[in-house]
Amino acid sequence: MSDVAKTIEAVWKIESTRLIAAIARVTRDIGIAEELAQDALVTALELWPREGIPENPGAWLMTAAKRRAIDSLRRGRMLLQKHEEIARELEFQQQQLADALEHSLDQVIDDDILRLIFTACHPILPMEGRIALTLRLIGGLATTEIARAFLVPEKTLGQRISRAKKTLSEAHVPFETPSGDELRRRVESVLLVVYLIFNEGYTATSGDEWMRSTLADDALRLGRMLAQLLPGESEVHALLALMELQASRSAARRGKNGEAVLLPDQDRSLWDYAQIQRGMTALEQAQRLGGGAKPYALQAAIAACHMRARTAEETDWDRVVLLYDALLQINPSPIVALNRAVAVGMVQGPAAGLDALDAAATLAGDSALAGYHLFPSVRGDLLMKMGRLSEAREEIQRAIAMTKNLREQELLANKLKQIEKAALSA
Amino acid sequence: MRFMMILIPEGYESAAPDAVPSAEAAAKMMEYNMSLQKAGVLLACDGLLPPSAGARISYSDGKATVMDGPFAEAKEVIGGYWIIQARSREEAIEWFKRAPIANNDIIEVRQFFEMPD
Repeated sequence: MSDVAKTIEAVWKIESTRLIAAIARVTRDIGIAEELAQDALVTALELWPREGIPENPGAWLMTAAKRRAIDSLRRGRMLLQKHEEIARELEFQQQQLADALEHSLDQVIDDDILRLIFTACHPILPMEGRIALTLRLIGGLATTEIARAFLVPEKTLGQRISRAKKTLSEAHVPFETPSGDELRRRVESVLLVVYLIFNEGYTATSGDEWMRSTLADDALRLGRMLAQLLPGESEVHALLALMELQASRSAARRGKNGEAVLLPDQDRSLWDYAQIQRGMTALEQAQRLGGGAKPYALQAAIAACHMRARTAEETDWDRVVLLYDALLQINPSPIVALNRAVAVGMVQGPAAGLDALDAAATLAGDSALAGYHLFPSVRGDLLMKMGRLSEAREEIQRAIAMTKNLREQELLANKLKQIEKAALSA
Repeated sequence: MRFMMILIPEGYESAAPDAVPSAEAAAKMMEYNMSLQKAGVLLACDGLLPPSAGARISYSDGKATVMDGPFAEAKEVIGGYWIIQARSREEAIEWFKRAPIANNDIIEVRQFFEMPD
């Protein structure tokens, strides 16, 4: 890619969200807004390599988008066909709308970006559609980049995005910030989308990449944006805290040969203490807002227990168990119960951990989670500690068969070697 | 990827220990910092007092010598720094180009050393 093309790409990543948000305030349709913003980008790609990059590229794109939008409105073609509501407004006061657009684009306000986020994460969309739209419209990622990150063909991803836009448009989803109970529900959806993006980056579900850190970084960036846009929502700060605290361990999560290193075995000097500090500050903010007992805050508080300990042995496991108890009360999920079982094993010994794990497995029942590799993996670990080596071996072998992640398979294979070694010396 | 923007203000090498930026410059800087924060890219930023309020420590034969500022030989000194998260060097430079710096000030952009993926 040429230098100019790279610069244009960078400018787009910085400016596209504000651009789309401002246009959407007038068009009320994020699909149309994105098309207009894209038109401006195409114009830039044509002109900038010839004429040089303008002094203020953001303002230039805004002006270009504005011109395109007003042209379209005047001709009434594109928008008339695509959006009834706009069409009606157009019929009776087209000029005023053009003026509104002119005015709107002069000043992007935070609310526009917030509306864009709420719309992209609308519960009417399937989760994969929400994720793709959010990364595209708010993360500034190209379709190719999102496709690569999620290991799906570009065409599939493109269809996912256009289907999502179509759904929003057909359902006449209003471009607005919800209020009251609806706000709570919609914030939850936004946070879930961001956390899923983070997790996809932090632990890839398949393939040989243990981490796709750029996705995790994108999620962190979204989290920080949200903390600015919704400063009064405690769970927004709590999710940010959780992500910062987890990501602070990134450098320690891989060994010299790229193998996975689990929390107890990590070299804690490799943790990013500036990032831990950011996470702790965000957690304190969530607690100050009175949200200390909410799900993300509890998870962040658990992560904080780990980060505060200088060695794995110094971890305040009693507190970890208490926090998991609280989390389990509001979110009785098998995964939470599984993690609690690990903590119980640390506090009360492997036998108690095994009992707690049985309870977790009961909770999982026949759900998809029953096939989650961490169940046999943790069980194998506890059994090994109890000296029940042949059972431990079986569990770890089951776990290996259940995960597609090559790094995790390696990790489990190592565990298997440890068991064999213990069996030999027994 | 993380990048540091190092601000090298003109004449800062000889600024008085209690030198403060003008209210107007400070307001512009606040606005700029806010734009980085709102975009979710800002990780840290700080301003530094002039060298006349600082010190230099040098070693020879394992022995430390402390010298109080200002430092006569210094030409370009750091006035402050920003740390941001960006997806590329180009993106970092685009962000930093927007900083409201005065004529003849210099901004140096440096990438953080990170473990390769």
